[in-house]
Amino acid sequence: MVETSKIDVSIEHKHPPEPPAKKHPNTCPTCGSHYRDDELDAALRVCSQCGHHFPVKARRRIEQLVDAGSFVEEAAELRSADPLAFFDLKPYKERLAEAEVATGLGDAMVIGAAAIEELPCRLAVMDFSFMGGSMGSVTGEKFARACESATAAGVPLVSISASGGARMQEGILALMQLPKTVCAVEELHESGCALISVMAHPTTGGLLASFASLGDVLLAEPGALMSFAGPRVVAQTTREKLPDDFGLAESNLRFGHVDAIVPRPELRPTLARLLRLFGAV
Amino acid sequence: MANDAEIRLRDRLSKLGGLDLLRGARLSGELERLKRQIDRIEAEPTDEEIWTKVELARHEDRPYTLDYVERLFDDWFELHGDRGRADDLALVTGIGKLDGRTVALIGHQKGRDLKERTKRNFGMAYPEGYRKAMRVMELADRHGFPLATLVDTPGAYPGVAAEQHGQGGAIARSQAVMARLGVPTVACIIGEGGSGGAVAIALADTVLMQENAIYSVISPEGCAAILWRDAGERQKAAAAFKPDAAHCLELGVIDGIVPEPLGGAHESPDEAARLLGAALADAFDELDNIPQGELRARRRQKFRSMGVLA
Repeated sequence: MVETSKIDVSIEHKHPPEPPAKKHPNTCPTCGSHYRDDELDAALRVCSQCGHHFPVKARRRIEQLVDAGSFVEEAAELRSADPLAFFDLKPYKERLAEAEVATGLGDAMVIGAAAIEELPCRLAVMDFSFMGGSMGSVTGEKFARACESATAAGVPLVSISASGGARMQEGILALMQLPKTVCAVEELHESGCALISVMAHPTTGGLLASFASLGDVLLAEPGALMSFAGPRVVAQTTREKLPDDFGLAESNLRFGHVDAIVPRPELRPTLARLLRLFGAV
Repeated sequence: MANDAEIRLRDRLSKLGGLDLLRGARLSGELERLKRQIDRIEAEPTDEEIWTKVELARHEDRPYTLDYVERLFDDWFELHGDRGRADDLALVTGIGKLDGRTVALIGHQKGRDLKERTKRNFGMAYPEGYRKAMRVMELADRHGFPLATLVDTPGAYPGVAAEQHGQGGAIARSQAVMARLGVPTVACIIGEGGSGGAVAIALADTVLMQENAIYSVISPEGCAAILWRDAGERQKAAAAFKPDAAHCLELGVIDGIVPEPLGGAHESPDEAARLLGAALADAFDELDNIPQGELRARRRQKFRSMGVLA
């Protein structure tokens, strides 16, 4: 006979009640207001109530920034190999294929030639929805080619990063994309061309520790996380209480690591102004 | 996968073998080195051997930067401070005589006992450490001193102050300074080559790795925690991303492997230092007569070409 008068409270603690009914899918994570997809897109994916910046996919970002019809993609054919035959819970090849199907992109970066307010430039735009925007061999290669393309044309390069860092599935070769992109920026700078680096949410790890930090001008989107180590890692390693604005663009501005925080509606005119200032070589 | 690297090495080997032995000793040294590397590639480490290397790379008796400095450098003078804010003791910098010429050295330093480990922050540098490193790189460049770096860090320190002081930017700029140097640079991974904190001082003309060192994009524990959602799966993670020297050589990430005494560098620090010293001397000899501009261009080209595309 099972003893029913006693209740084992420990079990309740192990299995907390299910969270209350699911939120509406179109709920702003910052202010909780609801939005319609078409309205959010029309507002450049910025919450009309509180200004929260939602992630923007690479192609949509390019549409938002450049003169209509001016973008010509480069190196779109590049695809990752699987040099380590990497297998975690799933083979890396399968993850790549899934990411390509889900995003319609060959990798986490799209590069090409474009014009912003009729000023020619090269673009390197990252897409967080492709494996967390992680940087593997193809990402590094595309960035290096964007640098070379800008050098050849004598125009500035605008990079827009949104990435968790290096792609673990490519092991040490992913780490080597840091020095690779750094060398590419050095060559770009020596040719006299400018790099304007825009950091969207998130720009962390290997991205912040390579080309994203090496722009002549560093811009950030409001609320973007920009930290070398993520908040969870820092909290776990140091057991420190993290400040509320840990690693955010606003904190980075205060500590002198970025030149400006630019709300998305102002990004296109701001880039145009910088392109006019740096000019073509 | 082994084949590309092997073919490349065999090709170099046959070219060397075919040359007249004008510079007899040097050339036969090179032959031996290449032969040893081929032997290593042929004996690709198993998953268990990879884990053994992770443990050896972290062995608490493994020689650290200052153990090698003491054995290899004469007239060693340590340089302290980033000239801005602090002196980061997780990164040691200085100048000294190596084989009779002045060489600048930058290396991570872990601690031997708890007190020293705390002082050295377990070899995990703050941005101040990388700024000190940059200052010494520029000093070396100014005076034409070759630069040696010894890499041994679990990673750059992940802390609130480190972020506020610009950890990511410091690592990026440290690499950029190395990409600009006009002097010969040789890096050697002597223990743990942990991610950004390691590569910050490893953008060198020649990158070497000790036999039992590891070089990786993330720690096995970190990788396991993220991809397996369980830090306990670290052995699986290490086996998957292959941080050992043989695999790094095969992937074209490093230029050579420095042998260690039998059982690992900790078994005989003197012998380990002798072998490291010989490898550094060889590497600098090879770089000696290359003009500045070419050296820089070659270095950038080498890193530019890293990665594997489909």
